[in-house]
Amino acid sequence: MSSDKFDAGKPVGGLPSPLRRKLLLGMAALPAVGLLPRGALAQALPTDAVNTTKLAVTDSTVKVGILHSTTGTMAISETGSVQAEKLAIAQINEMGGVLGRKIEVIQEDGASDWPTFAEKARKLLVEDKVAAVFGCWTSASRKAVLPVFEQYNGMLYYPTFYEGLEQSKNVIYTGQEATQQILAGLDWVTKEKGAKSFFLIGSDYIWPRTSNKIARKHIEMKGQKVVGEEYFPLGHTQFNSVINKIKLTKPDVIYASVVGGSNVAFYKQMKAAGIDLNKQVLMTISVTEDEMLGIGGENIAGAYACMKYFQSLQNPNNEKFVAAFKAMWGANSVIGDVTQAGYLGPWLWKLTVEKAKSFDIDKIAVASEGIEFSGAPEGYVRVHGNHHLWSKTRVGRARPDGQFDVVYETADLIEPNPFPKGYQ
Amino acid sequence: MFEGYSLAELGSIFAMQGFAGLILFSVFVLMALGLAIIFGQMGVINMAHGEFMILGAYVTYLCSNFISSTVPALFPAYFFIAMILAFFASGALGMLVEWGMIRFLYRRPLDTLLATWGLSLILQQVFRSVFGAREVGVVLPDWLMGSVAVTDTIEVPINGLFVMALTIAITVVIYAVMFRSRWGQGVRAVMQNRTMAGAVGINTEKVDRYTFGLGCGIAGVAGSAFTMVGSTGPTSGQLYIVDTFLVVVFGGAQSLIGTIASAFTISQAQSTMEFFLSGSTAKVLTLLTVVVILMLRPQGLFVLKVRR
Repeated sequence: MSSDKFDAGKPVGGLPSPLRRKLLLGMAALPAVGLLPRGALAQALPTDAVNTTKLAVTDSTVKVGILHSTTGTMAISETGSVQAEKLAIAQINEMGGVLGRKIEVIQEDGASDWPTFAEKARKLLVEDKVAAVFGCWTSASRKAVLPVFEQYNGMLYYPTFYEGLEQSKNVIYTGQEATQQILAGLDWVTKEKGAKSFFLIGSDYIWPRTSNKIARKHIEMKGQKVVGEEYFPLGHTQFNSVINKIKLTKPDVIYASVVGGSNVAFYKQMKAAGIDLNKQVLMTISVTEDEMLGIGGENIAGAYACMKYFQSLQNPNNEKFVAAFKAMWGANSVIGDVTQAGYLGPWLWKLTVEKAKSFDIDKIAVASEGIEFSGAPEGYVRVHGNHHLWSKTRVGRARPDGQFDVVYETADLIEPNPFPKGYQ
Repeated sequence: MFEGYSLAELGSIFAMQGFAGLILFSVFVLMALGLAIIFGQMGVINMAHGEFMILGAYVTYLCSNFISSTVPALFPAYFFIAMILAFFASGALGMLVEWGMIRFLYRRPLDTLLATWGLSLILQQVFRSVFGAREVGVVLPDWLMGSVAVTDTIEVPINGLFVMALTIAITVVIYAVMFRSRWGQGVRAVMQNRTMAGAVGINTEKVDRYTFGLGCGIAGVAGSAFTMVGSTGPTSGQLYIVDTFLVVVFGGAQSLIGTIASAFTISQAQSTMEFFLSGSTAKVLTLLTVVVILMLRPQGLFVLKVRR
């Protein structure tokens, strides 16, 4: 069926509870299928026909997995993804589910430990026979579960922006790969700020290093200069030395991919050392609204962040999404880039299943190409044949209240290119 | 590695790096002083030291929220109130832990390691339940956020100066308490010979409890100070624990002077290397140096002369 018809309509059935009203309040959209009486579709498409591989699908339900860290060091980041995925699933159920079947969630905790992720993925696929898994956050956890998904033929919807250099029939990447996030942002800062020299600083693991490799190549190709490149261990809290170096090299742009709690130290110490981000241009690819909570808006105000989504984005989809998210998870909750990408997963899966008229993984892997979701909070996305999304890139400017003003967005969707030439 | 810099630039680099090193030194001393008392004097391996710091940080966070919403006029000075509260909160929890757990484990250092490690996990979970999994933002009064320009290139962050002043003040107080007061004499007597100290009429249980509380209280103050430079989340304490033990062991566990000397050595080495090499390489080299020195001198830089 067409996925473009996201007109609001009246839901049928369901419990008239306050929660339901809250969900409806911000429901992104209701496709035509929601208008059918519940169960009609399930009867029209018998389970034997839509599920030939013995997944956990019955006439009335389908089981999916959510696999994130709710404990350990990554819980800070992954909590938002879990919340967004549960919101999307609740909304889809509210509209009658997928092919007339209600989604049931089996949630497992990866506990910020990569072998645990692999073990839980195996459990979800082998014992629970889930039809799809929404999960993982770090590249390390994705790399750990990838062989499991390929061996047992599962389908993973992965929400984090990441370094690229990967593609699998069994994974749909709903965040940006590195070239999508980086190139447009660098071009913008060159054009708008006349930047000629860059200082790259990041945490020391694969994502910042790969991202900076791509950034450096792009910068040097255009005849600009990288005046410094520095990496610090995860969790590092002392940035005085590198701040001195930044002062001495006076780069036009500080390009930052410091992750997690280190960000708090980095921005507080920059401010204390007299670097005013309203004068010194700083572009980050790793600070979202989530990190801003810890950093404190007043410490990072003026910095630019380059990613595909900001909570303050103004479009009808996003306004409904933010309202629904806050209704479900509290008025104080914030939504970052990855949280929004997590929300896309269940919706893309639903649309793909309905296009394929089947829950079979092989059919979904093929049918994914060309799936369009016009109800996406980020505006509109399309799935590429390489299982990444076409998406826009945006630049936001940090405000003291912990939100971003969107100052730029690319005119068109950017084609994902997980294997850029010469960057491997 | 010096190429590309003029002589004047090198001069200011060393001045700036020296100062950055001094800030790092103060941070190390603050982290390690409390542990030096607990580990060095009492022989308890306290893996929950980082969580006692984070408790201090959360107290600061609560204090800043409370004062800015009730008496905003007091806000510029809230940090001092917060530090005192942090001291008493962490100290009180420390005494409770000593009473409920540690006192059954004296003379069994490996068991204290396990028990306090469990305690650290429990505390992390408590923080997560109470404050949420995400980091909280601690708002600082404006006067703490600026910097003082010494020359064109050298700027000194005010919160760095504040941490240094705090470190000096706490060190002086600890020195006075441990080495110049009757109570400190009692502490040292109990730690060196518990039976004999008890025999001459010192209440050793009370001494133990207050000493442990003092160590934890200092951790709380350190945590309060670190809200200026670091993150405050349920697991942030883990970031500090390795460095803290490194400083204490390297300095010679039983010597407070050793703790200070080792903090100075490690911080200056790291700060200077960080400038000329990359951040990660500097950390590796620092750790390597410490390992080599400990191989040659297992007792640490300084060691008390005690009769064995």
